[in-house]
Formats: sequence, C-alpha cells, structure tokens
Amino acid sequence: MVPRIHNSHMITFILRRLATGVAMLVTISITAFVLLNLGATDTARRLVGQTASAEIVARKAAELGLDRPLGERFFEWITAALTGDLGRSWQSGQSVVDAIATRLPVTLSLTIGAVIVSAALAIALGALAAGRRGWTDRVVQVLSVIGGAIPGFLIALILVLVFAISLRWFPATGYVRPEDSLGGWLATIALPVIALSIGAIGSVAQQVRGSMIDALRHDYVRTLRARGLPHHRVVYRHVLRNAAGPALSTLGLQFIVMFGGAVIVEQVFSLPGIGQSAVAATVVGDVPFVMGIVIVTAILVVIVNLAVDLLQGWLNPKVRLS
Amino acid sequence: MTTAPDTLAVRVRRGRQQRSLAHRILRSPLGAASLIYLAAVTLIAIVGPVLVPYDPMTASLQDVFAPPSPEHLLGADSAGRDVLSRLVVATSFSLLGALITVVVAAGVGIPAGLIAGYRGGWFDSLSTWIAGLLLSLPAIVVLLAARAVVGPSLWLVMGIFGVLVSPSYFRVVSSAVQAVRAELYIDAAKVAGLGDARIIGRHILSVVRAPAILMTSGIFAVGIAIQASLDFLGLGDPTMPTWGSMLSEGFRNIYRDPTLLLWPSIAIALTCVAFTLFGTSIRDELERTGDRGRARSAAPWAAPATRPAAPERHDSGHAETDPVLTVSELSVAYDDGESGWTTVVDGVSLNIAKGEIHALIGESGSGKTQTAWSILGLLPQGGSVVAGSIKFHGDELRGLDPHRLSQLRGRHIGYVPQEPLSNLDPSFTIGQQLTEPLRVVLGMNRAAARDRALQLLERVGIVDPQRTYDSYPHLISGGMAQRVLIAGAVACEPDLIIADEPTTALDVTVQAEILDLLRELQSEAGVAMLLVTHNFGVVADLADRISVMRNGSIVETGPTAELFDSPRHDYTKSLFDALLDDAPARGAWTPREVRA
Repeated sequence: MVPRIHNSHMITFILRRLATGVAMLVTISITAFVLLNLGATDTARRLVGQTASAEIVARKAAELGLDRPLGERFFEWITAALTGDLGRSWQSGQSVVDAIATRLPVTLSLTIGAVIVSAALAIALGALAAGRRGWTDRVVQVLSVIGGAIPGFLIALILVLVFAISLRWFPATGYVRPEDSLGGWLATIALPVIALSIGAIGSVAQQVRGSMIDALRHDYVRTLRARGLPHHRVVYRHVLRNAAGPALSTLGLQFIVMFGGAVIVEQVFSLPGIGQSAVAATVVGDVPFVMGIVIVTAILVVIVNLAVDLLQGWLNPKVRLS
Repeated sequence: MTTAPDTLAVRVRRGRQQRSLAHRILRSPLGAASLIYLAAVTLIAIVGPVLVPYDPMTASLQDVFAPPSPEHLLGADSAGRDVLSRLVVATSFSLLGALITVVVAAGVGIPAGLIAGYRGGWFDSLSTWIAGLLLSLPAIVVLLAARAVVGPSLWLVMGIFGVLVSPSYFRVVSSAVQAVRAELYIDAAKVAGLGDARIIGRHILSVVRAPAILMTSGIFAVGIAIQASLDFLGLGDPTMPTWGSMLSEGFRNIYRDPTLLLWPSIAIALTCVAFTLFGTSIRDELERTGDRGRARSAAPWAAPATRPAAPERHDSGHAETDPVLTVSELSVAYDDGESGWTTVVDGVSLNIAKGEIHALIGESGSGKTQTAWSILGLLPQGGSVVAGSIKFHGDELRGLDPHRLSQLRGRHIGYVPQEPLSNLDPSFTIGQQLTEPLRVVLGMNRAAARDRALQLLERVGIVDPQRTYDSYPHLISGGMAQRVLIAGAVACEPDLIIADEPTTALDVTVQAEILDLLRELQSEAGVAMLLVTHNFGVVADLADRISVMRNGSIVETGPTAELFDSPRHDYTKSLFDALLDDAPARGAWTPREVRA
C-alpha cells in the first residue's frame, strides 16, 4: 500500500536531494581532477617508455594537454562531461564512456546480486535472532561479527580454492554474458556474489536484529498480541516492517561497500568488470580513465542514496520530508 | 586551557577502571582469545624480523616451490624464498600499515571533532560535510585513484586511507563534545572551579571510550584488509613482503601450490577477526556495566517476608455463581538476575461477574497495570506470574499453552490500552490494523472484514469512517485513536474487556466522551470489564465494584456505593480527600507539616 505523500513535498524533497548530490559530484570532480593531474607529471614518460628522448616526452605531454593551465583543462573536461563525454583513455585511446559502459554491467550485476542475496539472508537471520533470542541470537551475532571481519576477497579466494579448484562445481574464472547463456551467467557470478554478500549479511543482520529488538519494546506490539494475533505474525509482519527503515539505510551503505568489493573480487575470478581496467589505469596513471571511474562511482552513490531516500518515504508513512 | 584532554586520557587510562576492564575482558572467552592472539601477533611483529632464519627477499633457484622441510618449515615460494620468514616479516609491515591508518585517522578525526564540537558554526558545518563526502565513496576506488597519484608507497596509501576513515572518529568526538557543552552550564563541576577543557576532557572520555575502542580495533581490521587487497591487486610496493603480496603470489600459483595461499589467508583472516572480536567484547563489557539483568536468577521466587494484610471487604458474603474472571492470590514478579526477584503484585484476588464493571484503582506503580497484563498473559520480558491463579470462565489461564492463550485474546478478552497513539502500529493504516485480527482470529474474508471494520468505526463515533479507515495513525488525534483502539477491543465481541487507564492520556472533554462510549458498549453487549485507573472521578459513575490497590496489593474492595459511603482503609480515605480537594490522586496521604 503506497502512502499518500503530498506530491509537491515529494518533488521538493527529490530536488533537494538531487542538489546535494550535484554539489557532491562537483566537489569530487574538482578534487579528483586537480589531484590526479598534479600527480600526472610522469605519465607522459611512462606512456612513451623510459628510453624515449626528452623531446618525445614533451611532445606526448603536449598531446595530452599537460602543458596547458589546469583551470583551462578542467573547464574543458567538465563541459565535455556534461554532454556525456569523459574523454579518451591516454593508454588505449578508447572513449572512456565506452570502456566503462561495456564493463560496468559486470560489476553492477555482481553488486546487485549481492545486495539481493544479502538482504534476503540478513533479514531472515536478523528476524530469527530478534524473534527467538537465546542461543539462536548468540550464534547469529558471533557469525555476523566473524563474517563481517573477514575481507570479501579472501572469502572469494577460499571459495575458488574449495568450490572451483578442488570440487570443480563452478568455473574458477571467466564470464558468460546473460544474453548468451543464463545458466552459464549464473554459474560465473554465483561464487563472486556469495563472496561479496557474506560481509554485508553480517552487518545488515545485526541492524535488522537491533532495530527489531527496539521495535519489540513498543506498546503496539502488546496491543496487537492482545487482539489475538500470534506472536510470530506480530514479529514477522509488524515488527519487521517497522524495523525495515534502519535496515534499508544499512543496505544502502553496503551497496556502496560491495561495489568497492566487487572491484577486487573481479580480479579473483578474472571477470571483465571495471576492476581490471581500473587497476591497469591506476598503474600507468591514465588520468581520464581513473577520473571516469571516480565520477561514475560518485554518480552511482548519488543514485543509490536517492533510491534509499525514496524507499524510506515509501516504507515510512510518517517520514518527515525536510 | 590548563589541562589538555590527552593528559587526562592518559591519567584515566592508568586508573583503576581500566584495569578492571582488562580483567573483565579476560573473563569473556572470545575477548581473552582475541587479546592473547593479538598480543602474540604484536610480539612477532616486533621481534620476529630479527629472529627469522632467511632474508625474506632473497630468491633461491634450487628452493623454488620447495615443500615443507626442516630447512623451510613452511616451504618456499615461486622464487625459492622462505615462506615462514616472509610470513613473519610481513606481519610487521602489515600491522605497521594498519597502525599508520589508525594514527592518521585519529590524528585528523579527533582534533577536527573537538574543534567542530566546541566551536560549532562554519567549521562544524564544513567538516561535517567533508566527513559525509569522505564516507560516501567506496574507499577502494578512492585509493585506486590515489595510487595513480602517489605511486606504490605502502605508507602513503595507508595514510590516505586513514584520512578516508577519519570521519568515524570525527563524528563520535564532535557529537560527544556538543552534548557535554550543552550540559556545561548546569554542571556542578563548573561551579567547583574546574576549567572547561578539563570538564570536557573527562566527560568526553567517558562517552567516547567505548565507541573509540570499538572503532580503533575496527579500523585496524579494515586497514589490514585494505592493505592486503591493494597488494593483492598488485598495487603495493614490490620490495616489501606483506600478507597481501604473499596472497597475490600464492594466487598466481594456485594450481601449482595452494598452500602458498593458505598461510597468508589464515594470518589475514585471524587478525581481522581477532581485532573485531576484541572490539566487540570490550564494547559488550563496557555496556554491561550497571546492566546485569541479563542472567536468570538462580533461586526461584519466594514470597516477600512481609505479607500483605487482607483487604477490607465490604461484602464478605459476595460470591459469584458464574464469574467471568476469577483472580486469586495472584503474585507477579520480575527476575532481576543477580539481585533476585522484584515482586510488583502480591496476593491480589478479584472476581468479575458477567456484565460487571470492576474498577482497579491506585496510584501509578501500585501494580494495577501489571495485574491487567498478567491476565492477558502479556507481561514484559522478565516478568511472570509466580503465584496464584487466573481463571477465565472457570478455566485456568496460568501455565496455559501460549497458543491456546493467544486464541483467547481478542476473541474472548479485549484490551484497551492507555496511550492511544503509541498503541497503533505507525506503519499500517487503521483499516489494516482493524481488519487483520478479524481475518486472522475470526477467519473473515477481506470484504467482510472491511465492512465490519467500517461498522465498528461508525459505532465508536467516528464521523468519517472511510477516511479514518484509510488513514495512518499519525494523521488522527489521540481521542480518535482511542476510539479506534476501543473498536479493536470489541471487534471480536469478547466476554471481558481489560481497559488500562483508557482516558488518562486524553483531554478532559474527550475523556468524558470515551467513558460514555465504554459504558454504552458495555451495557449493549453485557460484557464484563476490568477498568484500571488512578482517577476516582472516572470510576464513580461507571464502576459497579471497586478494588483499591496499593504497593502491589488490594487494600479495600466492595461495591462502589458502599466504598464511597464508608471507606475503611486510610489509603482509600486519603484518595477521597485528594478527590475532594480537587487535587490529583497521587501518593499516600502525609501530614501537612511533613509535606512542606
């Protein structure tokens, strides 16, 4: 059931959040551009090779625009960026937008898959822990802490070792596109998704548990039970629903964390996501490509935050839209 | 600024409290295990590099992929380097890297938090905004970009990571300083002549201690993980052995020698888990201070030494042939763990006949509400009926299977709570909350439940039932919410309604309307009612019988008219006096001079 939120309020609210997002994007662009270009002095030499003459290095630098003032170059970059052009990779000459566009779906499918898996399991575990308490609660808590503490890529390595190399249940490396074979796609992303999810399950389950225990203390829980509703129905319908807001915020944060995690986990499974190319671009100092990845990530963050806010509004009929 | 907060921190850290904390942590098995592990790892990091048998960087062609042997206890890697030596030396670099992150994070976050919290204003707004910005991007993406600028330096990258996580310290410190500053003007310490810095230092320390320890150990764990990931990605310093570079080397040879992957994996996983468990066990211990109510009391409940006196009865001959509810010698107590049981209701007996309104009256804390909840079987956690019996139509409710009890609620016993708005679930519409029991308890279909709910809303005097039906609780007034709750209580046509202070939270004008409504519904359906209240005015023209409750026991009971005509117990008289004085009925009567 969709709460009736006054439309004009909703629009103001969305606009305000968008404005905050744009301010964040601008700040990140300027900071990243300045820092990356200040550090790019050696890039021309790295690109033409250590044996190249000073003249060739200077020509390459001029070609990349490194001899022109920083402010001018930023203005150029941002005007192009606004039209959806993030420049060309210094290393390969490929359009940055194209390069990211072909790789982003892989990274996003891992992240979104992990969000779905971790949300489902975390809600189940958190609700179980809060509803039952006692030893169930203790076990869920300790497992959550341990699951959250071990780095995701390490879990990925263990999964590769056990399920791909020893048991051969899943392919160790490689990627199948979903349009080629859905089953093959699922098999290639299954282990990475599990590796990414484990940490998030822990922290989201802890949040679900905590806010459900808080919600259980509310008066309406007693009243609902006094109406003859069974305990489990009150817990899993009413209490869980009221605990959903904080859990959603945590899940939103975990989305960003898992996106970062995907960059590393991709390497373990040799998946053609943005991780591989980002690492390569980082090593040579390919400024336009690194800039592109930073900006695309920041845009993703803004979108996720906005989505979380909108979902909060939908979840909580009382949400103060200010 | 005579005393810097740092010196205070050091002084307190040396104090008794910290020692007892360390002692407490050693008692928790996970805390002790992680502390011992971390101490061992730290020792290895410090003395290990001096003791290792081989240089960790020296390649040896004849030892390439050497299996474990007396010379190479853990074997050798793809360049013939001794795995054990590398593992030990890597411990130093990995821990040092994480230490740099922690130092930078604390060095940036704590001063910024202190200034922002103390000065407020533009610095606070700006730094809060920057903190949000730093936390918004995934750290690994920022570090990839930073690595493009600063090159493969472990120390610089870990320092930058420290800046990225510094908002965690910043947020905790600045909010603690703000809270302390807000209280500063009423703080007796100020009057006593202590300087601002000293007060803030001491207060902040007590507020910040637990989250700061948790955060520090968390940042250590994340620092080790991040450092390992960067090295694993091949972005680290190739001249330094770290757990991450060993992992990377093991991964490249995963088919050739999987054990190369094993040792650094174990080191990273154990260290991260140990730091995290250490932090959480400290937090748990600090939070447990003064909250020892978790454990179950060892001893069973025993009746308090002083037994309540028998109540003054106005009608000793009054006996119901077919009472709806018979409560006899009911005692309710809360298990406080180590400190034993707290008895809140002791030896309460009451009868309610069909169609009778029985008022249970007394000041707050007298045990009225506890009595009501125990009849419903809905005492809060820790509370239980420890003695006596509760019979509903002659059937014992005490010790009844929870499922059977749940079937009685709603269908046979209705409940009207005290605080209208907090007793409606804010996430569901009024309609959903009214129809759910009708469908679950009575098995009505959606349409029938909806019609019945709308009828009920109309019956309880709601002007626009459809509109209220579609509303969320926050959109309706307290009086309307109480009508909705009354509608909910009578929805399944129960034989008994338990109304717990149904008008206390309402405006005086609304109170009268709600009481009229309760009376009408009660006489229409001939339902029995237990009316809990602290207000004699409420019961005077509503109740058939009254029981006066004080300190968990009933002191006087009888028909309303008789009780009003000739109150016998001093406490009942004092309640009447309070009523006549037009003062709220609160507390026992005490002589005027004592009260002044």
